[in-house]
Amino acid sequence: MQFERLKIWLMLAPALLVLFAVFIGGLGFGIARSLNYMPIIGLTQPNFDAYIGLFSLTEFWRSLGMTLYIALTSTAISMVLAIGAALLLRRAFPSKRLMTFLFSFNLPIPHIVGAIGIMFLFAQSGFMARIAHGFGWIERPMDFLVLVNDPYAIGIILEYVWKEVPFIGIVVLAVLQSIGDDYEAVSQTLGAGPLQRFRFVILPLITPATLSVSVLVLAFTFGEFLIPYLLGQTYPATLPVLAVRLFTDPDLNKRPEAMAMSILIAVIAALMVLAYMWLSRRIVRSD
Amino acid sequence: MTTAQFLTKPIASSRSGLTLMGLLRGAALVLLALWLVGPFIPMLVWSFAHRWTFPDLLPKQWSLEAWTYVADPAAQVLPAILDSLLIAVPVTLLSAAIAIPAGRALGLHRFRGKRIVEFLILAPNIIPGLTVALGIQIVFINYGLDNTIVGVILVHLVASMSYAVLVMAGVFSNYDPEAEEVARTLGANRFQTFLHVTFPAILPGLVVASLFAFLISWDQYVTTIIIAGGFVKTLSILVVAAAGGGERAITAALSIVFVGPAILFLIIASKYLTGENSSAGGLGRR
Repeated sequence: MQFERLKIWLMLAPALLVLFAVFIGGLGFGIARSLNYMPIIGLTQPNFDAYIGLFSLTEFWRSLGMTLYIALTSTAISMVLAIGAALLLRRAFPSKRLMTFLFSFNLPIPHIVGAIGIMFLFAQSGFMARIAHGFGWIERPMDFLVLVNDPYAIGIILEYVWKEVPFIGIVVLAVLQSIGDDYEAVSQTLGAGPLQRFRFVILPLITPATLSVSVLVLAFTFGEFLIPYLLGQTYPATLPVLAVRLFTDPDLNKRPEAMAMSILIAVIAALMVLAYMWLSRRIVRSD
Repeated sequence: MTTAQFLTKPIASSRSGLTLMGLLRGAALVLLALWLVGPFIPMLVWSFAHRWTFPDLLPKQWSLEAWTYVADPAAQVLPAILDSLLIAVPVTLLSAAIAIPAGRALGLHRFRGKRIVEFLILAPNIIPGLTVALGIQIVFINYGLDNTIVGVILVHLVASMSYAVLVMAGVFSNYDPEAEEVARTLGANRFQTFLHVTFPAILPGLVVASLFAFLISWDQYVTTIIIAGGFVKTLSILVVAAAGGGERAITAALSIVFVGPAILFLIIASKYLTGENSSAGGLGRR
């Protein structure tokens, strides 16, 4: 028995080694640096200066607002469209195989490539603007809507929606396929119309799985650097972009603030997931 | 209508025929398909465009310029691919080596502290790599690991490995170890048992886990920049630089090269995964 337990921990040892040495280590040193505590370079008095400095910056609060807005909007839109797309794909349809292929096709495509594709499509001289010109809606590129590097972060949201609809959708589709038609058939015999069947039969069944993946999307879109870096505007930048900007600043005194910001990003992302886990457990219990 | 007739009536009467519902459904499907392939259309065209000015819907002149540029040694594309591979291949092998035993422990055994271990392995999927890289970079400077391939491998390994462990834990939770016992009683040693019994059984899952691990490392940008910016130039760094530079034809051609492993992934994974296997869906991530 004792030997069996030792064996299990030995099997886990390499994974735990990487997690503790790099992941926990990275977080720990990041926290220490954000508190100005770094005995190796003579900093032995931890303080909250970096955090206080950040909280007194207007740019920090505007960036936080921007980042939350992007994450919440992208996740909400992706979730709704993913449910719609999965419901469409569920029914036997000649193009079902093609669509399922397209759904999974987009999954391994890197976000970088998605961002570049969105740029080619939606920039003011991009493909969409050319189509708009073809219809005679616009004269010059300048007349087209600003959808990339724009103040409402539409380009960023478009990229996230493009990439995450298939990601959430394929999970919803899997749940729908595992449910089958029986519940709906029964509810129909009881007189439920299509809307009622969706509201009272399908939606409650797909909600748990849909929310679990969506909360991962929420945490990801909140902490992602590259997409807002390529498709976002300079001010207010998202928190991850701002953190890297502070980190690469020639003024080394900004390093603790960069660390503090990256720690705050991690804390908020983790809180989102923990809040979801706590809420979902409470709801399950109260049922 | 008798009860039997009532029960056998199809759920969606609009499934076929030219009903309004059917038309709307068809239109929505076409829109969805266009939206999913949309970003690739101008990308493909740009990579073969010589001059493609507004408002032309297609280039007036086509050329292979962008592709000759990509193949030109001066463009440093091959060394970038090599750097990407020098990082992603070790990350993949290490991830697989770590994920087989860890996945087995999590998938087949119950033990005290299991929930904490599961939580730890999930955590890198929630905490941004940016935070981890910024923190560990301080330590790496002290050990001379900053600006090195090894340092980059270690940071990429966190995300790749945790993913691979999750996939392998799923694989082992559907795995029946009884066949191993049989092999052992028939005289096979530990190694033979693994090679001829365990390995073939977990192979499809292991392939998928390794592909994910590879792609996660291949796609990394900000973690690589933080650990070894300027010293290690991966393909993703080259692609992002091109995108920022505004040379659209070259950016397009580089993007298509960059997407190569993902396409390979799809071809290989489709051999091992069917639509009903949800392990693909649950885990299709960056």
